[in-house]
Amino acid sequence: MPLDHAAVRHIARLARLAVADDQLDSLRSDLERVLHLFDDLAAANVDHLAPLAHPHDQSLGQRDDVVTEGDRSEELLALAPSAQGGYFLVPKVIE
Amino acid sequence: MSPASIATLAADLAAGRCSAEQLTEQALARAQRAAHLNSFIRVDAEAALQAARAVDARRALGHELKALAGIPFAHKDIFCTKGITTTCGSRMLEHFVPPYDAQVVERLGRAGAVSIGKTNMDEFAMGSSNENSAYGAVTNPWGSARVPGGSSGGSAAAVAAGIVPFATGTDTGGSIRQPAAFCGVTGLKPTYGRVSRYGMIAYASSLDCAGVLARSAADCARVFDEIAGFDARDATSVDRAADRTVDALDQPLAGLRIGVAREYFGSGVQDGVAARTHAALRELEQQGAVLVDITLPSAHHAIAAYYVIAPAEASSNLARYDGVRYGHRSADVRSLDELYSRSRAEGFGSEVQRRILVGTYALSAGYYDAYYLRAQKVRRLIANDFLGAFESVDLIAGPTAPTTAFGLGEKSGDALAMYAADVNTVAVNLAGLPAISVPAGFADDGLPVGLQLIAPAFAEARLLNTAHALQRVADWHLQEPAA
Amino acid sequence: MNASSNDSAAPTWQAVIGLEIHAQLSTASKLFSGAATAYGAEPNTQASLVDCALPGTLPVANREAVRKAIQFGLAIGATVAPHSVFARKNYFYPDLPKGYQISQYELPVVGRGTLAVRLDDGRVIHVEIERAHLEEDAGKSVHDAFHAETGIDLNRAGTPLLEIVSAPVMNSAAEAVAYMRTVHTLVRWLGICDGNMQEGSFRCDCNVSVRRPGAALGTRTEIKNVNSFRFVEKAIDYEIERQIRALENGETIVQETRLYDPARHQTRPMRSKESADDYRYFPDPDLPPLTIAPADIEHERARLPELPQARRQRYVDELGLPDADAGQLCADRATTDYFEAVLAELPGQAKLCANWVLGEVAANLNEAGIEIDAAPVAASALAQLLTRLREGIISGKIAKDVFAAMWAGQGDADAIIDARGLKQISDTGALGAAIDAVLAEYPAQLADYRGGNEKLLQFFVGQVMKRTRGQANPQQLNDVLRQKLAGS
Repeated sequence: MPLDHAAVRHIARLARLAVADDQLDSLRSDLERVLHLFDDLAAANVDHLAPLAHPHDQSLGQRDDVVTEGDRSEELLALAPSAQGGYFLVPKVIE
Repeated sequence: MSPASIATLAADLAAGRCSAEQLTEQALARAQRAAHLNSFIRVDAEAALQAARAVDARRALGHELKALAGIPFAHKDIFCTKGITTTCGSRMLEHFVPPYDAQVVERLGRAGAVSIGKTNMDEFAMGSSNENSAYGAVTNPWGSARVPGGSSGGSAAAVAAGIVPFATGTDTGGSIRQPAAFCGVTGLKPTYGRVSRYGMIAYASSLDCAGVLARSAADCARVFDEIAGFDARDATSVDRAADRTVDALDQPLAGLRIGVAREYFGSGVQDGVAARTHAALRELEQQGAVLVDITLPSAHHAIAAYYVIAPAEASSNLARYDGVRYGHRSADVRSLDELYSRSRAEGFGSEVQRRILVGTYALSAGYYDAYYLRAQKVRRLIANDFLGAFESVDLIAGPTAPTTAFGLGEKSGDALAMYAADVNTVAVNLAGLPAISVPAGFADDGLPVGLQLIAPAFAEARLLNTAHALQRVADWHLQEPAA
Repeated sequence: MNASSNDSAAPTWQAVIGLEIHAQLSTASKLFSGAATAYGAEPNTQASLVDCALPGTLPVANREAVRKAIQFGLAIGATVAPHSVFARKNYFYPDLPKGYQISQYELPVVGRGTLAVRLDDGRVIHVEIERAHLEEDAGKSVHDAFHAETGIDLNRAGTPLLEIVSAPVMNSAAEAVAYMRTVHTLVRWLGICDGNMQEGSFRCDCNVSVRRPGAALGTRTEIKNVNSFRFVEKAIDYEIERQIRALENGETIVQETRLYDPARHQTRPMRSKESADDYRYFPDPDLPPLTIAPADIEHERARLPELPQARRQRYVDELGLPDADAGQLCADRATTDYFEAVLAELPGQAKLCANWVLGEVAANLNEAGIEIDAAPVAASALAQLLTRLREGIISGKIAKDVFAAMWAGQGDADAIIDARGLKQISDTGALGAAIDAVLAEYPAQLADYRGGNEKLLQFFVGQVMKRTRGQANPQQLNDVLRQKLAGS
């Protein structure tokens, strides 16, 4: 699967990773090499198999509907790069 | 001073021949002398000494103490430690101080073990050489220009250098076993779900396992018994009683069938590595094991499947690092878009960025079926291979890594060459099985070789028992690098 | 009914509408964490470490949310999936802390079902529901409180939602609103969602397209997060008209996400480009598949209350109530529960109880602007009043006065009747004395009546009632009055 610059930009945008123009080329060839690895998958005889998402045959464990967490706003907001008045702050978002 | 086993140290403490405070002071001093290895991201001397004194005080009051009480050790910097900076080897979390402890941290803390600091690691556990750390590479104590392996390179080096008798690690594609092999120590990757992932910073959720590196299988057993167990805070934690593996260490091997997979001895394997592996297996034969030739026909698909699944899960797990609630935020931000893309580009190293991009691609519209879904099917194929093999053998063996520790800088420019170092280990993670790397002597280059043993799910006791049997007759695990 | 919804759509265009309703499940704690879900808390005081997506934190599912989803599935006659899977929907937004929402994609917990929807004109349509699945809600953004910045409050992040997806089978705004109301009633009836639209517990995304009848489906637009029945109706009407006008002008419809602007009564495209995102759904590796055993389903089925449709029918068939009354009583669970509580103490008196609930109670609720569960007169108190009425202790008119006093908090029926001496006068002797007094007071009218003006009977009735402060038993009064007027 050849990757062009537009494709690299698109993936970088989906992943919210800034990629400078002068990085595009090397990134493109890096990614292409790794994606080459995946050609091997196409050859595998797996059409008859179900995907394995979890190693063990587990069912989802569930917890009771009880409030077990209290107010930790102070320590949580203290971790934030920008917080004010009890809110986490980000540059203004226009809807 | 020859590093003693946990059992010896525990006996010394119990008999009053030394105090926990003294042991901790000595560990801290060794850490200081070995600082050039860069195996630690941070050492917390004061906190460690305080914890040690607390153990001594409890002993003095006659409290009943566990085997690990007062034993100095280190945590891989991937485990959240309350009030103590946890970086995961990344700039993104350079100043992140978790408000809570990981399950593994809680358990070892309750057992009274004394952490002296957080060990260096490949950033977000992505790497096989510990050269991807934002805090500098780690040096293998066995060779100053050699990598220790990764991603738990700091933990492996710290144990190999005799700084601490054990260290915690994590293994997603070999990150405990491969550095254990490169550094001549014993490294246990438990069955997936055996040890809680709560508080363990996620890389690839369906593959990540917490485990231990130590100087012997017996020591690994002691630590494993302490950290294993169900945790309701991790929905993938397995609710299944576990017998103490320490109690099974001395069971004779008689008739144990060890499958030797021919796929693990391919052309990429260094001669010395193959030779040492066979030698170690012969020792086990002497002890009563029976060696059986087996085949794992899908083994060659493992790398491709792993490098689709792990980056895919990682691309999603690392989306939370956005500069909003914690972690690095770029200074130069004029919009939400820039907040995200600049903070992440600045906070993540190049290997992490590469894997995020690969993973994003593998999940993206039009590629999901061909990549991610297909890789999950290959994963089942590999798991079936193991199930089939375990119908006729009890364990599967091979070299942990195809080569001994490569040179610093040797593979860091070639991602694919680096990935190939994991060829023998990733399949185990895909299948969720337990495995151990045991020192098996030294190749011609004087560097350690590791023997990998793989067991069926939940058979850690058998793994540790077999590794222990080897360590009763061979002393490779007791060798120390020159200071 | 809005004229444009049926008439302005020219006969050659058909509107096709599907609704995605997000109902916040009324659990105490969140879907994947133990933080509280109560509305109105100070920002970020109900956000746990898991809700803030701290490194190393993991989701653990809330079993009550699963139960509520099962109950909904059973109520619409849908299959409850024995195995369903939580999947990650990946996108970046500040109110989405993990950078993905845990939702369900290919394998939802509830499959295909149906809901009978009664339209205003009495017709019943059967709306197919394609699926309902569990997912977590996002946090909230506050745009106007901070200069050049947006504030993020994660209290709501992680609250359980049931996303209910209808098939695109509705053809007018009226049908869509009727369906939305039916779902609203049902989720409150089941006790799985409080349906409080002001608080955002019940939100609706409307998918709208138009086509020539018989043609393939047209391009649809999605109007997001409409939170009132009125706005849904207006938004859909506007959108249908907008699309028709555009198509008739030779333009094409752009598939996009729009918002309804209530101030301008129109929809407009959303600025953010989230709708262009590729969500890269994949099964969440932190959550093994949700397994629901047949025994669990049967357990929930046994706990299901009688559903609105069935109860309405029973009121008609077994209680003999008119369909319209039955419908009103079954409009919501609180009303029917109230009615049934009253009826329980007056067996066989369904009509009487219904009249009072739909009459006096409803009128007072309306005037006070409150819901029946806030009524100052409890069902048992009303039952006591009606029992006194049935016993003949008070007349119907007096009962209304007593009710008004009860509503004003002056005590229960017995207390008020006693305090004001309101017991009905049925004693013929006492009545006779009152009648004699009235007849003596109005000799001219008496003569008039005996002269043939029979209409004056009501005058005398009125005067006796006044004299007895309304307490005369009407039936007895009538009998005795007639006797006396006849000259005995």
